[in-house]
Amino acid sequence: MMRKAELARRRFLSRTLAAGATLLLAGCDKLSRTEWFPQLLGSAEKLNQTVHHLIAPRTAMAKEFGEADLSPVFPTNGTSDPENSDYRAWAANNFADWKLAIGGLVEQPGSFSLAELQGLPARTQITRHDCVEGWSAIAKWKGVKLGELLQRVRPLPQARYVMFFCADPMDESGQKYYESIDMEDAFHPQTILAYELNDQPLPVKNGAPVRLRVERQLGYKHAKYIMRIELAESFENIAEGKGGYWEDQGYEWYAGI
Amino acid sequence: MSASPKILSQPLVRLTYRHSLPVRLTHWINALCLFILLMSGFQIFNAHAALYWGDRSDRDRPLLAMQSKLAEDGALIGVTTILGYQFTTTGVFGVSTDSEGRTMRRGFPSWATIPGPQWLAMGRRWHLFFAWLLVINGLVYVLYALVSRHLTKDIIPWWRDLRGIGRSIIDHLLFRHPRGEQASHYNVLQKLAYTMVIFVLGPLAVLTGMAMSPWLNAVIPDLTVVFGGRQAARTIHFISAFAFVAFIFIHLFMVAVTGLWNNLRSMITGWYGIRDVGGAP
Repeated sequence: MMRKAELARRRFLSRTLAAGATLLLAGCDKLSRTEWFPQLLGSAEKLNQTVHHLIAPRTAMAKEFGEADLSPVFPTNGTSDPENSDYRAWAANNFADWKLAIGGLVEQPGSFSLAELQGLPARTQITRHDCVEGWSAIAKWKGVKLGELLQRVRPLPQARYVMFFCADPMDESGQKYYESIDMEDAFHPQTILAYELNDQPLPVKNGAPVRLRVERQLGYKHAKYIMRIELAESFENIAEGKGGYWEDQGYEWYAGI
Repeated sequence: MSASPKILSQPLVRLTYRHSLPVRLTHWINALCLFILLMSGFQIFNAHAALYWGDRSDRDRPLLAMQSKLAEDGALIGVTTILGYQFTTTGVFGVSTDSEGRTMRRGFPSWATIPGPQWLAMGRRWHLFFAWLLVINGLVYVLYALVSRHLTKDIIPWWRDLRGIGRSIIDHLLFRHPRGEQASHYNVLQKLAYTMVIFVLGPLAVLTGMAMSPWLNAVIPDLTVVFGGRQAARTIHFISAFAFVAFIFIHLFMVAVTGLWNNLRSMITGWYGIRDVGGAP
């Protein structure tokens, strides 16, 4: 008699647990689709950013590796060949008549050819690329130090963000990839506009002619196919207002974690 | 753990105040956090359903991978590779059906992830929020347990506990569970399990999580080196999640077989019933 009651009890318990878990999961999905809940969850991003900046010296450097650590293949993720006729025309000509425009909140807007960029102070670094998806790859990058480049256009004091506008359309609306970083990251010694990958000119599939390397943050911050740089006080009025293409899809602007 | 005994109408059962309010509160917050972290973690894992050792993801040699392939008849089959050995795991890992019956190519099935559909950005939000809650809740618990001496009195196994470990293992295997006065405190295996979870497994999960942050890598590079590289840290993070799953299963099993309602009541109200064993000390 007792055993029977005990069995029934256990069956009741396991069914209650299963039903509870299903309800809880359905609830989680429902919460994910509200306006307020993801916003509440998103408060952790600000917390991470604040704490990370409190404990990090401004110049804390991302780890650099040796030649022996290079990934056999550096993966291509996202766009591999922008569907953009202007871009393809530049690419066909090895970007000889392509120019990078820099404007916005600067004293002296300018534009730079690839040869001019290659003539500016460069940095070479072997770093680990960490994709938000979870994989990592190690590669050698050479590029112009973004800080040096920005000094040549003289940022205005109001400038808080560096915006990168790219060549690759991301969806049917034609919205092109874009990204943004703050001035601290922009002037970090390892932040470069890379034009070489593993001692070769940056291939189209990896973001030719230049891509951003902002070590210490996840891969989607490292914008490829950069066409135009703009310094801004805010990115609220650009696209969906979250500071980047993936940020507009719900990913964190602060991608240090 | 013990307070003034109350006499129940039923003879020989007295209630003792077993879990203080801070312990009960932090227990349930912890349970919620673990549930959400586990399932949002599976969501995040699904974005790249493979594990590696070292700093790089060399895709031709994963330690574990959940993938899909087409069978000769055109059907999708789920394949899980562990250390080079392949297993067909259609329906669970690699290929599974979602709540609307559609066949999906994904690591963990939709019933195991938060949110259910493939949605990395949202999974990360859940995970990174509840990670903070878990850590803060854990610190509150440890601080309270230290100050109230709950930790030293009830949780940490001392030498006199450890001396009885052989007998305790045999008792557990024979389902001979402590009764009477002996049931009013944790036995040595419980103490060991709780101590390991609080001071080894919990910190391991948190630290391997932190070791995956590229920003923290720049601040404390040694943290990632200690675990064998970022991808190794991700692998250990994954293993620690399954160690939690194992702990939770054993925990729930023991709760069920040693007096489900009594145990549940004590973790909700604090009061635990003890059936006095006549004559026994």
